[in-house]
Amino acid sequence: MRRWLFALLLASGPAWALSDPAEQLPDPTQEQRARALGRELRCLVCQNQSIEDSDAELARDLRRIVREQVAAGRSDGQVMSFLHDRYGDFVLLRPPVNAGTALLWATPVLALGAGALLVLGLRRRRTAAAPAALSAAEQARLAELDRLP
Amino acid sequence: MSEATPNPWRRRALLGLPLLAAGGAGLGFWAMLRGLGTGSYDPHGVPSALLGKAPPEFALPAPAGSDLPALAAADLRGGLARPVLVNFFASWCVPCVIEHPQLMALKRQGVPVFGVAYKDKPADALGFLARRGNPYTRLAADEPGRVAIDWGLYGVPESYLIDRQGIIRWRWAGPITEDTVAADLGPLLRRYSA
Repeated sequence: MRRWLFALLLASGPAWALSDPAEQLPDPTQEQRARALGRELRCLVCQNQSIEDSDAELARDLRRIVREQVAAGRSDGQVMSFLHDRYGDFVLLRPPVNAGTALLWATPVLALGAGALLVLGLRRRRTAAAPAALSAAEQARLAELDRLP
Repeated sequence: MSEATPNPWRRRALLGLPLLAAGGAGLGFWAMLRGLGTGSYDPHGVPSALLGKAPPEFALPAPAGSDLPALAAADLRGGLARPVLVNFFASWCVPCVIEHPQLMALKRQGVPVFGVAYKDKPADALGFLARRGNPYTRLAADEPGRVAIDWGLYGVPESYLIDRQGIIRWRWAGPITEDTVAADLGPLLRRYSA
């Protein structure tokens, strides 16, 4: 029984909210475009899902708007700016680069830079910790050891 | 044994760095918590893209059976006698019940409050107002919820303050409480009434 349930779970696959065929556009290439756009747009109700994944009513309305505009032949940029005009940067899952998001976008570079500095520092210390030259007494003792059978 | 003696300042800096980072993070966290408490920081809040702009172009019908005038963008253009509060609500919305007494109080103070019933059946919206009292001087119905999207609405209740020149000055997503009126809406109304 449990195995059956597990198989069923596997078979169900990703639970796309957009399972309602009535929502989809008849033209598959347009539907593809609408989906790609929808995945870039944040659902403002659940906030960590795209409108394509969300089951919220507002997300459904926004999906419908995206599909209407795609079907009407509007470009990707026009569709995105339609929603950006109404909901601001928040609706974009990929935040734009501006003064407010500069630190966010710079974080990977800063982290990489800090890591590089750390590695360089550690390497320099390793070379600095190279063994000091042997003193005369040590050299004599080592020579003595070498002579032992 | 020949470990190079490390620079004491370097050691101190290496020890201090994590402390400094932790201190900085703690300070940032404290600021966030304080902001959450005072309401100045809301990680879930969607800032309105319409602040400082005129409301979008729209014309909504009155809900069937209502005897109040409907609402269109033309009613919110400049030359208003007083600043106006546009309130999106629904009879199915619980926080709308919470804020309702505040809207009634605003009405008693003479603030024009225009209502938009969002995704609500006309009979339900009118029933809600008949039961609890009607704070609105204009009442429109946005049953498909499309005009609401032009306003950037993402939930009900949501309220927009329009100044006398017809510019959106303030947006409040969530119920208007006594605190909201005392801290934000009251002072804003006084400022924009002048």
